[in-house]
Amino acid sequence: MAAEVILDVQELRAYYRILKGDVKALDGVSFQVRRGEILGIAGESGCGKSTLAHTLMLRKPPLRHIDGKAIFLGQDIMTMSKEAFRQRRLRDISIIPQYALDALSPTKKIRTFMSDIVREHGIPADKKFFERVEERLRFVNLSPDVLDRYPIELSGGMKQRIIMVISTILNPELVIADEITSALDVSSQRFAASLLVELRDQGIIGSAMFITHDLAILYQIADRLMIMYGGHIVEMGPIDEIVYRPRHPYTKALIDSLPRVGVQYEEQKLEGIKGTPPELLNIGPGCRFRFRCPYKTSKCEQTPITEHINPEHSIACWHYTEIGSESVG
Amino acid sequence: MKALADRRVQPVISAENLTKVFSSGVFFRQQTTAVNNVSFEMYPGTILSLIGESGSGKTTIGRMILKLLRPTSGKLYYKGQDVTEIRGKTALREYYRRVQGVFQDPFSSFNPLFRVDRAFDMVYDVFLPDVKNREERTREVLQAVNLNPDRVLHQFPHQLSGGQLQRLLIARALLLDVEVLVADELISMLDASTRMGVLNLLVDICKNNGMSVLFITHDLALGYYISDYTMIMHRGRLVEKGATREVYHNPVHPYTRMLFRSVPDIGERWDRSEKFVPEQVDEEIAEFYAKNRGRGLAQLSPSHSVLMSLE
Repeated sequence: MAAEVILDVQELRAYYRILKGDVKALDGVSFQVRRGEILGIAGESGCGKSTLAHTLMLRKPPLRHIDGKAIFLGQDIMTMSKEAFRQRRLRDISIIPQYALDALSPTKKIRTFMSDIVREHGIPADKKFFERVEERLRFVNLSPDVLDRYPIELSGGMKQRIIMVISTILNPELVIADEITSALDVSSQRFAASLLVELRDQGIIGSAMFITHDLAILYQIADRLMIMYGGHIVEMGPIDEIVYRPRHPYTKALIDSLPRVGVQYEEQKLEGIKGTPPELLNIGPGCRFRFRCPYKTSKCEQTPITEHINPEHSIACWHYTEIGSESVG
Repeated sequence: MKALADRRVQPVISAENLTKVFSSGVFFRQQTTAVNNVSFEMYPGTILSLIGESGSGKTTIGRMILKLLRPTSGKLYYKGQDVTEIRGKTALREYYRRVQGVFQDPFSSFNPLFRVDRAFDMVYDVFLPDVKNREERTREVLQAVNLNPDRVLHQFPHQLSGGQLQRLLIARALLLDVEVLVADELISMLDASTRMGVLNLLVDICKNNGMSVLFITHDLALGYYISDYTMIMHRGRLVEKGATREVYHNPVHPYTRMLFRSVPDIGERWDRSEKFVPEQVDEEIAEFYAKNRGRGLAQLSPSHSVLMSLE
């Protein structure tokens, strides 16, 4: 597939530098985001998925970029000056952060809050701007009246929609959505996740990276799926291929542990994964799943190289050929 | 719902027209009915899921059972005894010996300054002062929840994972041999790979010890996985209740149907051609109630009832 690459991440490393040493939260990840796709990024807490978003967008200490590139539309955003990057934020690349619901200032009306944000980015908050905002609000099924409300008067689902309107108001090429559905009720989850797809289909946003711990939501909306564990990418490929034919032992166990409507305890007992994710402080080389992996051998003490099963499906495991692809679930 | 459960078995908890109204505001008193006329029973050895979105009143019900809130009207019975009448140190201690809660955030359920063994010691001091072989008993229950006693007993809460802490809380309930466990969003903060272990443990203990569990959740797939009975709440009202399979496979109330349409389920994708707007459900409910005027809470089968209209 010769889709245009808009973000090319190469061997990106970012550590949290604290007194005790380095927390290697993102340790050599390489992947590409293509124009027009929704790339799902999944993993459990501490796998580095949010660190990835922060490395690309914010990089506040103690988080430090160690090495590796992130080439966005031809330019490496890791070496770009703060000011130059600020020019691109919101316009070309935009983040919908986790806990965005609390980002709205409680003492400001939505209209004032929006004006402040866009002015910060050098965009006049004039009549024309608010016409566009109102149009977008209607698009997300909100009445423009919400502009004159305080956040306390709005429900979580409504606030999330407003945040999504702000983040995408300048039609960015790439949106990084970090756990945007986690704090929402199921009905609002469906709305917010579908909204991102609709924004893409309408051409309002170019592509999206959708970061979440919830694989079931990614199954609904993502085109490709990237599974992270302990700061590494363990498997990546088209969504159906990963869900129905996972090859990495971690992906398999993760997918088998998911409850789905129709599966009841008495008939089919789902198993979790024994153990806990590794401590990433000063962690050495090797496959990071080996402590919990039933297929572990001495070879796993070396960091596995990423291999392609087919042009679209890649995996980082020394033993994937022996393990095969049959799924328990 | 009474009809489907074994008639010989008495409910441990029964709620009759339970209502809770919260008042707020100083000058203009505003009243919010968090729980509106809710009736249900909980039986030993069964798991009852209470499913609803935020603000539906599901947590309020759990808190009333735990006597953290007092019902505004209606009755709540524990083995035939009026729960609001339970007063005094001894009676309360006896009640909490049998009725316990486990909450969403395991980190705030523990005193961060006490090691695990001390937390357990306090359980003995308060509830089980006569037990002589404390350490032995503790080790037994820890093993029952798949924790290695030597590795957790001398740790502080911050040295343990969320899954381990939730297991400890279940171990405590096991130690007390509780009859009723209110599990409020028990595993919402746990990762996919660890939560199934905690959940399976809960079901095993429920079935083996005849414990009655109120499983409060917003996750429909989890509710299906573990529960025998299901109640769906919407804005304080119980809109649908019954045997889990019947409610899931034959949902009748428009709100329940909307919930099932929004579940992200692996293996089945949302209908993208459908313009899905959560607010639409309000109209659908109003229409549904108008169409079924006068039917009220209707029993559609021995194990399935639905709120068909408000009068």
